[in-house]
Amino acid sequence: MSRETILTAIRRGLKRGELPADQQAMLRGRLAAHPRHLIPARSRLPRAGQVALFVANVEREFGTVARVPDLDAVPGAIADYLAAQNLPSEFVMAPHPELQAIPWPERPLLRIREGRAEASDTVSLQHAYAAIAETGTLMLPSAPERPTTINLLADTAIVLLRASRLVGAYEEAWDMLRAEWKDTLSGGFMPRNVMLVTGPSRSADIEQTLELGAHGPRRLHVVLVDDEAGAL
Amino acid sequence: MHVVTSPAFKESATAAIANAGLQKALANSGPSFIARRASAVARLPEFERLRDIGRDIKNHTLANLDFYLEAYEARVLEAGGIVHWAATAEEARDIVLGICQKAGARTVTKGKSMISEEIAVNDHLERHGITPVETDLGEYIIQLRHELPSHIIAPAFHLNREDWEDQFRKSHTDLPADRVFHERRDILTEARAKLRQRFLAADVGITGANFLIAETGSSVIVTNEGNGDLTQTLPRVHIVLASIEKVVPTLEDATSLLRLLARSATGQDFSVYTTFSTGVRRAGDLDGPEEYHVVLLDNGRSNMLGSEFQDMLRCIRCAACMNHCPVYGTVGGHAYGWVYPGPMGAVLTPSLVGIDQSGHLPNASTFCGKCESVCPVKIPLPNLMRHWREREFERHLTPAAMRTNLALWAWVAKRPALYRLVTRAAAAALGWLGRKRGRFSSLPLASGWTGGRDLPAPEGDTFFARYAKAQRAGKIR
Repeated sequence: MSRETILTAIRRGLKRGELPADQQAMLRGRLAAHPRHLIPARSRLPRAGQVALFVANVEREFGTVARVPDLDAVPGAIADYLAAQNLPSEFVMAPHPELQAIPWPERPLLRIREGRAEASDTVSLQHAYAAIAETGTLMLPSAPERPTTINLLADTAIVLLRASRLVGAYEEAWDMLRAEWKDTLSGGFMPRNVMLVTGPSRSADIEQTLELGAHGPRRLHVVLVDDEAGAL
Repeated sequence: MHVVTSPAFKESATAAIANAGLQKALANSGPSFIARRASAVARLPEFERLRDIGRDIKNHTLANLDFYLEAYEARVLEAGGIVHWAATAEEARDIVLGICQKAGARTVTKGKSMISEEIAVNDHLERHGITPVETDLGEYIIQLRHELPSHIIAPAFHLNREDWEDQFRKSHTDLPADRVFHERRDILTEARAKLRQRFLAADVGITGANFLIAETGSSVIVTNEGNGDLTQTLPRVHIVLASIEKVVPTLEDATSLLRLLARSATGQDFSVYTTFSTGVRRAGDLDGPEEYHVVLLDNGRSNMLGSEFQDMLRCIRCAACMNHCPVYGTVGGHAYGWVYPGPMGAVLTPSLVGIDQSGHLPNASTFCGKCESVCPVKIPLPNLMRHWREREFERHLTPAAMRTNLALWAWVAKRPALYRLVTRAAAAALGWLGRKRGRFSSLPLASGWTGGRDLPAPEGDTFFARYAKAQRAGKIR
């Protein structure tokens, strides 16, 4: 069987047999401890500085950010954004409890469908699990309440992010996932899919010249809820 | 397997230099890669230290590769996935075909994958009545043109805008023939619309993997377009093609390497979509594949372990080496004659297809060292090319005339008195012959040099003679 053939060839190349038990234990220890390497200094900032760095990086990557004081202000912010972009007041929304708790009826003209996205959807609203200031990156793990298609199929992707869920470096976001997530299938912490999203879709395949809107969303708009006093 | 045309490197390179379209594309696109990487590196003061870290993570993994592959496999199984081990390209192709046939697949969408090119899986699927559709924009046009990619991250590097327009008119015959592409965006929009239908119709999605993670059993892909994500999200079956050296221990290890990858490749701080896939759709999920397969390919890599070429297995396929290579920048990727071009291809191709077929590639280098200096995992590429030259020489694959001349040179060089006499006489004779013009535009037996440039006539004595003279005069001790 090729599995044994390959493993045997690897061990022959490394000029040893299977690793001795103590070395295997050491490597299992490394996996369990998952030591961090260098974390760039750019994100080692006070909270307000991290939020500012996140916003600057999203905008640098051709995304946009609207900051709102609380969840009550979200319907107005989204309605204003859609109007400013000349888009219909209609979107598909991830069935996340935090999004469902937003007082949408205050903006009765917004037409909302809950569920996964379909090819016919032009605008989508996703709920960010976390975000990383270092590069202006959103962390979107899959879950029944956070479908992956919401990140991909619509031409305009809107993502709600609470400032308290923003971290400096990727490593801090992985640790949040490790601490908070329980995957029922594997017993581990990784959901089926974790997307790290930095700006809207793009391609430079034609003459190495950047064009936005390849296969994913052409626009990425972050609605940032300032729910953390220290991060203002 | 794709036909290896590397033995014709010299002829292909000559043709490439004479190809005006290719030269235009190389001149347009080449410098931008270099500038973008430099700017991204300048924005991250820790970049050099990260290169050492990247090298060390990969070295640690390779030294324990069997352990990490088995750990990775166990996590994939726990997440409902299946790992298929393939010793050869042929075996990998058959595994992919088997999964597609079992799924009753008619069309298959594909994210960009160099392993897919290496095992030539598209041809294999087509022969069995399954239609593969490349969805990365660059790969899409390459597939329409029946070409190989000319660059590992920018497959259509050799094409100009007019080539795109011509090909789309030829291939998308349902659209009005007289439509106008006002800007590049119009080309992109047409491809997006065409491929959107394909994404929705596909039964199986095939992607590559930039990394596999032993800690979690995840496969990682990095794209800017989002095509890889649509490929692995919409169809019922997801197949990951990955070679054995792609595994790294933990999320932290992958994260450090990701900090190097996009900066070295496209000069971005981070790619738009960096996605970690772990197994099948979970209970209650509204989307995602119901089957998750990983095909782990060896295809000659285990032979590199423990050899002088082990360092090459650190490669994370960023393409910085080819972007900075004066040879690649002059002849483009197709001249290299197989899947992997540039300096990394000059080292990897002989390992995978044999030095007898690809001996020209490690010789197609000026040894300027730029590739090694930009490599994010510090692979000593010129040194590895030198090892291939040695192996080629040992196996008597080097052309007879070159061997004779090398032997003659070595015989003279090993006799210092004779060497000095010969070089001194040659310098004096050439200096006298060229005393009027100061250079030669042609010389017998040296047309290979003078065909492209003039040889300056020596002025005065040899270095040895001048050094000895200065020493005697007490200027050097």
